[in-house]
Amino acid sequence: MPFKRYVEIGRVALVNYGKDYGKLVVIVDVIDQNRALVDAPDMVRSQMNFKRLSLTDIKIEINRVPKKKNLIEAMEKADVKNKWENSSWGRKLIVQKRRAALNDFDRFKLMLAKIKRGGLIRQELAKLKKENPA
Amino acid sequence: MYHKRGLWAIKAKNGGVFPKHDPKPKPAAPVEKPPKFYPADDVKKPLLNKRKPKPTKLRASITPGTVLIILAGRFKGKRVVFLKQLSSGLLLVTGPFKINGVPLRRVNQSYVIATSTKVDVSGINVDKFDDKYFAKQAEKKKKKGEGEFFESEKEEKNVLPQEKKDDQKTVDASLIKSIEGVPDLKAYLGARFSLKAGMKPHELVF
Repeated sequence: MPFKRYVEIGRVALVNYGKDYGKLVVIVDVIDQNRALVDAPDMVRSQMNFKRLSLTDIKIEINRVPKKKNLIEAMEKADVKNKWENSSWGRKLIVQKRRAALNDFDRFKLMLAKIKRGGLIRQELAKLKKENPA
Repeated sequence: MYHKRGLWAIKAKNGGVFPKHDPKPKPAAPVEKPPKFYPADDVKKPLLNKRKPKPTKLRASITPGTVLIILAGRFKGKRVVFLKQLSSGLLLVTGPFKINGVPLRRVNQSYVIATSTKVDVSGINVDKFDDKYFAKQAEKKKKKGEGEFFESEKEEKNVLPQEKKDDQKTVDASLIKSIEGVPDLKAYLGARFSLKAGMKPHELVF
């Protein structure tokens, strides 16, 4: 199975370890076999080990080591934020964050809603079973 | 140190003499008579302890109207409304009684988890409740007679005085109204809290 996501200039990656955990960053240059120069609109450009990055499908068009202004422009043009939030990976992360931030009362309301939904599903199922005794 | 602290400059400013306060006039000490009796051995007096215990600090997350989860005792797991902190440091709390069976009660801050859910308690007057209200009634001393042992061990079960029941009703009346204003809150307060599979208390947001 060939690789599909390459480390290249403009590849968007997710930081999976360290202080910037969970941030989307753009690979802006490759330093050596293990490290990349990485940049994001809200952080200082810094080096990161590839082991700390999880590559995504998103790639943007930039030159090697662009100015911050050009980086932000290129990210807007490629619409990285929306692409990420609509991708299944991005959506899963958003749901995880939402669930982690639930209040005790919210968890209670969630439980009531799940029970209600399960009840409705079972009602419909019972109706269908009655109509088609298989 | 003399030069480092600039004492020479202070002295010069004050005309060659280091400034000092005039000694305060001490009140004349009362004349002490020599004691009539000296103990045989010198007994050491214990040191004086002038500590005054500070009032218990209330956690910033606990404000009047906060829903608390009681962690120990008869009502463990119950979700309860906080009313005020008493002078002893304990928290005054109520179920409300009609919703989950917890009466006006005192609870220690350490045995409580504060949630971020708040109930509106602005209409409730809790000034009349303090630690004396919850003190045990002093038992009347009965003379022990042989007959009485067999007859009545405890004739009068501790009946709650009607006054306390009325207090409970007045406090709960306005509380229940504000609780019913929020959907699902009544059922929430009636249910007990428990840890289920997969819940990690250190990661839960309360």
